[in-house]
Amino acid sequence: MAGYNKKAETAHVKAEHNQHDEEHFREKHLMLDPLPRGQMNDMVMESMYTTSWKFWVVFAILSVIVAWGLFYSWGRMILEGLGIAGVNRPVYWGIFLVNTVFWIGISHAGTFISAILRVFKAEFRRPFTRAAELMTTFGLVQAGFSIFMHMGRVWVSYWLMPYPNERMLWPNLHSPLTWDLLAITTYLLSSTMYLFLPLIPDLAMARDRSTGWRRTFYKTLALGFRGTEGEWAHLRNAMSIFAFAIIPVMFSVHTIVSWDFAAATRPGWNSSIFGPYFVVGALHSGMGAVIMVLAIVRGTMKNMKYFIRPEHFDAIGKLMLIISMTWAYFFFNDYMVQWYGGDKWTHMLLHFHESGPMGWMWFAMLIFNIAIPWAVLWNQKWRSTPWIVFIVGLLINVGMWFERYIIIPISLSINRMPFTWRLYHPGVEIPLGIGTLAFFILLYMAASRLIPLIPVWEVEEGQMAHELKKFGRETVVTVSELE
Amino acid sequence: MAIELKVSEVKMGEAYVGKWGMVIDQDMCTGCQACVAACAMENNISFVGETDSGYGRSMHWIRIERFWEGSYPEVKMTPNQPMLCQQCGAATCEPVCPAFATVHSQAEQLNLQVYNRCVGTRYCANNCPYQVRSFNWRDYKRPEPLSNQLNPDVTVRRRGVMEKCTFCIQRIHKAQDMAKSEGREVVDGEFTTACAQACPASAITFGRVDNPDSLVSQLARVHGHGVKHLEELGTLPNVTYFKGG
Repeated sequence: MAGYNKKAETAHVKAEHNQHDEEHFREKHLMLDPLPRGQMNDMVMESMYTTSWKFWVVFAILSVIVAWGLFYSWGRMILEGLGIAGVNRPVYWGIFLVNTVFWIGISHAGTFISAILRVFKAEFRRPFTRAAELMTTFGLVQAGFSIFMHMGRVWVSYWLMPYPNERMLWPNLHSPLTWDLLAITTYLLSSTMYLFLPLIPDLAMARDRSTGWRRTFYKTLALGFRGTEGEWAHLRNAMSIFAFAIIPVMFSVHTIVSWDFAAATRPGWNSSIFGPYFVVGALHSGMGAVIMVLAIVRGTMKNMKYFIRPEHFDAIGKLMLIISMTWAYFFFNDYMVQWYGGDKWTHMLLHFHESGPMGWMWFAMLIFNIAIPWAVLWNQKWRSTPWIVFIVGLLINVGMWFERYIIIPISLSINRMPFTWRLYHPGVEIPLGIGTLAFFILLYMAASRLIPLIPVWEVEEGQMAHELKKFGRETVVTVSELE
Repeated sequence: MAIELKVSEVKMGEAYVGKWGMVIDQDMCTGCQACVAACAMENNISFVGETDSGYGRSMHWIRIERFWEGSYPEVKMTPNQPMLCQQCGAATCEPVCPAFATVHSQAEQLNLQVYNRCVGTRYCANNCPYQVRSFNWRDYKRPEPLSNQLNPDVTVRRRGVMEKCTFCIQRIHKAQDMAKSEGREVVDGEFTTACAQACPASAITFGRVDNPDSLVSQLARVHGHGVKHLEELGTLPNVTYFKGG
């Protein structure tokens, strides 16, 4: 008798709970909380139009930093030579290469989030694919700046391009640097196209809702998209081809970047696991950057709290945790195999990493990349809180920058010729590095007011496909196949 | 017209014999740096000045490395070690250059640096296990009388370009041209590199290693315990060192 009563009571509670669940679902998930299409379009347009004085102050400060850090310093370096930078013998590659690898890493998460989640039809991706793809393109621009700054004679850098010339001189296809250039160019072009394709319907939407120069701007970019059945079919085809094709490109880019090091004979560089290790490292820093960008966009732009919700931070937080674990695996694998190899120079180098003058950086890297993400991201409440994941993302990026710094200048400080051992002290690399960072933020800020940062049509499509359905007492989230 | 891009096909291991080579007797070396000065004069190497030199940017195609054994107070100096480009048969600097600025010459079997093709990625210098390459970090000025000292046979390099020891290739060519005009072969000892010429202790000997009668080959046979640096990397260096003999 008592058992029966209890059962009835549980059922009652459950039914009430379900009612509550439905509310909860709507509040929590963007896909289940639809707004009328026109209203959503207006919200996105409004977020583009709204700029406070703070925006312009930050914009002006960043412009000054870019002018000083990037253009003035680089110009000075071109005129005076690389002597004003800190690179020396034996550290021929310094912060320029660190920044190149770092920015390529940042650019990886954009594609990772957008293409892989699109291919796997992960529904939470819908509102933030564009924010991530923009990072890819703008990150690659900074990587390009960093690699060209690094060159001794940048004015002849076109020699690295395979162009027909009367002397029949071609780039050396044995060199990983040639492959690097080809891979990065391919990635920049394909990721820009991949950014542009899903943007077309939103540009058309913006064209229909704007006047003046903006209308001309959107009209030109929207390529006359009207939204006919045929246009949509073509767009979907192109997008699915790109989403699948860009994933191997993405993996190849950072693998090739890792060959710059892995194909060399330096102790600490010549490691066969560098390919996947670098790819995972790139995703690690890239995910951190995506979550930072989303937290800033959500906090500073109008109407973004509707589109970017704690559920998205939660989902990316989970990915970050998994990638942090994968990175830890590759790091220790790399370390163990090198240590086990028993080469005396490698042993010396590993010892130098931990206990040399920059040993603090090695420990900071492990704390920022492994300890802090593992300590914070396991908790759903913490990883759904924007400011917490912002800090975690920031620390991961600092940690990943340290990792590249350890691999490049610190590992170069010692080599097989002890007579040449010397430490590295950055010079003009610092303003140039700050300049690339400022330029990245500046480009992003400009883009956030020029193109719709939220792919509205994708959100609308997702909201139409999602439904809460009741089966008996259970409330279930259903999705109908759209694509 | 298609051009064949031939990568130097060198056989690994014992079978490899280079063309021009050098033996350096470390027991004879007094560390007087005459070779360093002579090399700088011969090859128009820039003087970088005190500040840059202190920061590890001094440009030398040859340097005298000094090491010691033990810890204070029982410190024992080891023989001086002149270090220059080893003119590897399978050089690690060559495949990594994206612009073909560092290449292997078929005629001389030397590693050449094509200054006006160099774009300054500095990958070759990173990948050189001997760390013997020098980079022009700036356009270094030559104070007035020194500008009259430049060797007309050697290119003057500008900023942003990598450079390194060439085994005084201008002297090799001069001797070959002379011999050709006189209708004979180059005789062993007819010419030598600037460093070998300047060495007061005759610690450096330069010549044909593929000729068993040349002085370098004879010295190598007499000593019998020559060492090639970092041979385990498979770079097939053409410089042999003698020590403790």
